[in-house]
Amino acid sequence: MRQMLSISSYLAVKEVWRNRGRFLLVSLVIALITLLVLFIAALGEGLGNGNREYISKLDAELIVYQAKSDTVIAASRLGRNRLAAVRRVEGVADAGMLGTSSATLILPDGAEPLKVALLGVEPGRTGEPKVAQGAQLSTDLAQEAIIDANTAYRSNLQVGDTLTLRVTQGTRDEFYDLRITGIADGQQFQLQPSIFVPFYTWDRIRPKSEAEVNSSNPIANVILVKLQDPTQAEAVSARLTAQVDNVETATLTEAIQALPGYSAQQSTLNTQGGFTLFIGILVIGGFFQIQILQKVAQIGVLKAIGTANPVVAAASVIQIVVVTVIGVAIGGLLSFLFSLTFPPTVPIVFNGTTSALAIVALLLIGPLGGLVSIRYAVRIEPLKALGLSS
Amino acid sequence: MTAYALETKSVIKTYNSDSGVIHAVDDVSLQVAAGEFVALVGPSGSGKTTMLSMLAALLQPTSGQILLDGQDLSGMGDRERVSLRREKIGFTFQANNLVPYLSAVENVELMLRLNGKLDKAGKLRARELLARLGLGERLNNLPGQMSGGQQQRVAIARALIHNPSLVLADEPTASLDTERAYQVVETFAGLIHEQGRAGIMVTHDLRMCEFVDRVLMMRDGKLVRIYTGHDEIMKELVQGGRH
Repeated sequence: MRQMLSISSYLAVKEVWRNRGRFLLVSLVIALITLLVLFIAALGEGLGNGNREYISKLDAELIVYQAKSDTVIAASRLGRNRLAAVRRVEGVADAGMLGTSSATLILPDGAEPLKVALLGVEPGRTGEPKVAQGAQLSTDLAQEAIIDANTAYRSNLQVGDTLTLRVTQGTRDEFYDLRITGIADGQQFQLQPSIFVPFYTWDRIRPKSEAEVNSSNPIANVILVKLQDPTQAEAVSARLTAQVDNVETATLTEAIQALPGYSAQQSTLNTQGGFTLFIGILVIGGFFQIQILQKVAQIGVLKAIGTANPVVAAASVIQIVVVTVIGVAIGGLLSFLFSLTFPPTVPIVFNGTTSALAIVALLLIGPLGGLVSIRYAVRIEPLKALGLSS
Repeated sequence: MTAYALETKSVIKTYNSDSGVIHAVDDVSLQVAAGEFVALVGPSGSGKTTMLSMLAALLQPTSGQILLDGQDLSGMGDRERVSLRREKIGFTFQANNLVPYLSAVENVELMLRLNGKLDKAGKLRARELLARLGLGERLNNLPGQMSGGQQQRVAIARALIHNPSLVLADEPTASLDTERAYQVVETFAGLIHEQGRAGIMVTHDLRMCEFVDRVLMMRDGKLVRIYTGHDEIMKELVQGGRH
């Protein structure tokens, strides 16, 4: 076995080295495929992350929605009376309201205004993001805001600055000034730069229809629930739907899957990645198949002088692995260098696990693509290859 | 125990075709002693290439025995035949002889490597053998950087380096000009005699029979005549130039 591997490696490496231009060309093709696959994976991760970031980082286990809202946050409406009922359910440690809407952040010096997600959260309750700089929100009615790092990057706003929001209420555009108390790290909501304000402030400044302008009954979208024992999510969920009128619940994972467009977006990107890998298999398979066809006589000589089939097969596998590893390494390096040039606002995230999975898949496409050529090499008859057959 | 390095007994090879059974080799018995160089000649379709393929353990006879150092090749399985080719047989072919990405010396050393016998002494022997064949300056050249004659000489060195019992050459001079063809066969014959191997060369070119000890003529799958002795070979074949 050791001798077989030694001869196979010798033949494989010699051939690659003596034909390095040709093999490097294939490695470069694999590098480009790697670049594409890693960027698709990173884009999927970045878009997915931007979509789910706020929800996935919540210090909560369950989200309570209005019944029949199909666990879509924007479609759900819950009043304060439900919040009180939720807090009374056994197993609930804390619950906080979350209101979602959009607004326009007015930037100084005539810069392009920024569309942002305006989120109402209860200070000190579940749902308020933890700040990385500055302080948390103080009271339910304070004219304060926490902005996420993406908003800070795009607007150049800092802790202590005052931001101005423009919202449409009824038929008029209204402007609201809020003092920034803190900046939270990575808290985008559905891929939008986010601004978190105290819930009652939110209810006052959010976009409203003409009918809502004079309403004094604050309505949240959903209630975020933190449990006393996170392992009891199923039992508490059942109690919530039984004891609170007209609600349905979802875990954070279910809530993320229900985010508008999230699943479709992820499956589209996964399909793209899969197809790219499939194309990679075909390209590598095609190259090695052509190469084997060109080497029929040479393999025939090797077999005629006593080279065993496992040696021929192992040499082919080693060649394919070498070429693939070099290609993936070059592609990985190029991806890393390119990633350094992207600003943080571009939703491309090279997550360790996702990238590692993509690299494993890329390393497998070589041997998979080469399977046909290896089989062909093993089946070459020295008699026919050398023109000795009658 | 046979006294011959190679012996065949009533070897038959048949193929089925639309027109019936074809006897490619028909009841051929022959013997080749160690240190003897034999030419296998005959017109196209006479069965000499089929015979060579069976002697090379690349093809199984339909019936009969092929004994190499007393071992019967005809009953061997695939793995045994691969081992036998590696250990006991040396080959040169008409063309595409060498592994194109290995240098001259690496091509020769390959036989020792395949047999797990590539040591310092083996490396030295490979260089010496190539030097004797006039390729001392070409050790590190790739096949593509050498002429046809030089490539054939590398193939001869590869066929002999692992001390095989039997050396087979299939039309070794087919792609060479006359002068180089004479040089190659003369060198080949010299080394076979000197090293005591049994050598068989299939050739169309009767002039090359000048350097062999016996000539076996085949026709229609049968061994029809054996020419023995230098004078008879020269008179009947080389100078006569006819089958």
